[in-house]
Amino acid sequence: MATPQAIQTGGGLGGLSEATRRRLQRKARIDVWFERTLFAFAFAVLLLLGAIIASLIASSWPALERYGLEFFTENRWAANVEVFGALPAIYGTLLTSLIAIVIAVPISFGIAIFLTERCPNVLRQPLSTLIELLAGIPSIIYGMWGMEVLAPLLRTWFPSVFPAGTGLATAGIILAVMIIPFITAVSRDVINTVPAVMRESAYGLGCTTWEVARRVILPSVKGGLVGGVVLGLGRALGETMAVTFVIGNNLFLNTTLTGQGTSIAALIANQFSESDGTQRSALLALGLILFLITFAVLAFARYLLRNSTGRHA
Amino acid sequence: MQTHTTPLYRRRKLLNRLVMAACIGATLIGFVFLFAILLTLVTKGLSAISPSIFIERTRMNGGGLGNAIWGTFLMTSLATILGTVIGVAAGTWLAEYGNKGVLPKVIRFINDILLSAPSIIIGLFIYAVVVVPMGSFSAWAGVLSLTVIIVPVVIRSTEDMLRLIPNSLREAAAALGAHRWWIIVRVCYSGARAGILTGILLGFARISGETAPLLFTSLNSNQWNFFNLDNEMANLPMTIYQNMTINAFIPDLVSLAWGGALILTAAILILNIAARYFSRQRT
Repeated sequence: MATPQAIQTGGGLGGLSEATRRRLQRKARIDVWFERTLFAFAFAVLLLLGAIIASLIASSWPALERYGLEFFTENRWAANVEVFGALPAIYGTLLTSLIAIVIAVPISFGIAIFLTERCPNVLRQPLSTLIELLAGIPSIIYGMWGMEVLAPLLRTWFPSVFPAGTGLATAGIILAVMIIPFITAVSRDVINTVPAVMRESAYGLGCTTWEVARRVILPSVKGGLVGGVVLGLGRALGETMAVTFVIGNNLFLNTTLTGQGTSIAALIANQFSESDGTQRSALLALGLILFLITFAVLAFARYLLRNSTGRHA
Repeated sequence: MQTHTTPLYRRRKLLNRLVMAACIGATLIGFVFLFAILLTLVTKGLSAISPSIFIERTRMNGGGLGNAIWGTFLMTSLATILGTVIGVAAGTWLAEYGNKGVLPKVIRFINDILLSAPSIIIGLFIYAVVVVPMGSFSAWAGVLSLTVIIVPVVIRSTEDMLRLIPNSLREAAAALGAHRWWIIVRVCYSGARAGILTGILLGFARISGETAPLLFTSLNSNQWNFFNLDNEMANLPMTIYQNMTINAFIPDLVSLAWGGALILTAAILILNIAARYFSRQRT
């Protein structure tokens, strides 16, 4: 590729007319500025992350300074007496995401294995496309459906388990439904990277479909599959709208599975616009905690997915 | 000796059947849930949709979603334009100049993190750096928060698409005496255009359904606001959210929310299908 420096110094251009040389030098200068401009935009991405972290720390500092470690150990969030404990929200965030992963992973892997190994060819493309389209539905739709359809159903079918219909487990189920298309799409992409010859060799040795999947395909793309799941986990952890409608918004720590609770994102969404002073700062501190949790989870996912490039991620 | 009657063979076959049945079961469960959602959306949404829903503004009783649809369209479009400029530039740098050193790797990693960062955090960030200094909620703040969300999407697809352009094309252009910027603009972009456009469309679809980042930035309003970006601006996701929560005691507004949800989902699905069509044109 042409190096702008060589042209700028005029090396090898001795035989050219003055006008041509000037024209070339101008183009070379554009080359330099073109790269600098592009670089500035790319560097802005780096600054953006720095700015997000810095602004969250700065605006949550008053609350963190005032409450210190108590912020993480206090088990209620009571704005009227200015007691702010992050524990109920952190617990709700982690529990709902865990429930979502436990439900979504077997179903997603089942769909992915069916789509890649057993699906009739006529159905394969339409079903794959459908899954990808469903992954694009906005999360607020899942929340609305959870509130209007799922919660009343759970209350009528299992009144002893879900007395109110809403709650942490309900939120977990909704999150699971939301991340199933996502995990399925990533898993399918990852499984498709396995060379056909590996599959054929295993079938040639007399393996059953399940043995091919279990002994050949899954081991060879383990990292990518786990990466996709962790990426789905990252999505569930930070999800706001699918959760807010159905989690129950109970601001006291409730360590049951199906009881009502809250999550970091839901608490912020519910209280932020009516808050000020310490409460607002405490909500921003919750945001900082959420960002740090998801950052760690997403970084881990990227590390696992470094060899397989999924376009959905 | 007949192998297909040995206990081991039968056990393997049985296990295979069981697992494959479980996989089909999983597929059914997954699709039943997703179809149930779409079915609810269509049945509850269709009854709310009438021509006036697109024309009238939101009110406490009756009314339509005209101002919200316009607000969402304007804010998403502006964010997409801003995001395209930033994202294509940064993505081009990563693909064309970001091959050596640790900096491109760091930027790529950060971009991947931002790609999946919780959108409510982006909303909080814009609230802290734009809304607080400006002293009020504004459509500009909403546009900026949506821009922060779409930029990583555009960067990723621009880089991926430019990397698909074979190096021999660049070398051929360079051998003809083209400068590097000329090669990128005339050779690489024309080859990657369809793919980049697909990425932009997918990003547009994604941000048009985002609610969380608008909660503390553009907020919502029940008035018509066509171009005054310094004020609060109505938008579809926030209207749906408010109608389902604080206004949930008014049946009209809940029904309107379902109508809005159907319009929003239909628009996003159409955009996704359009993006798919574009990317198919490429190959």
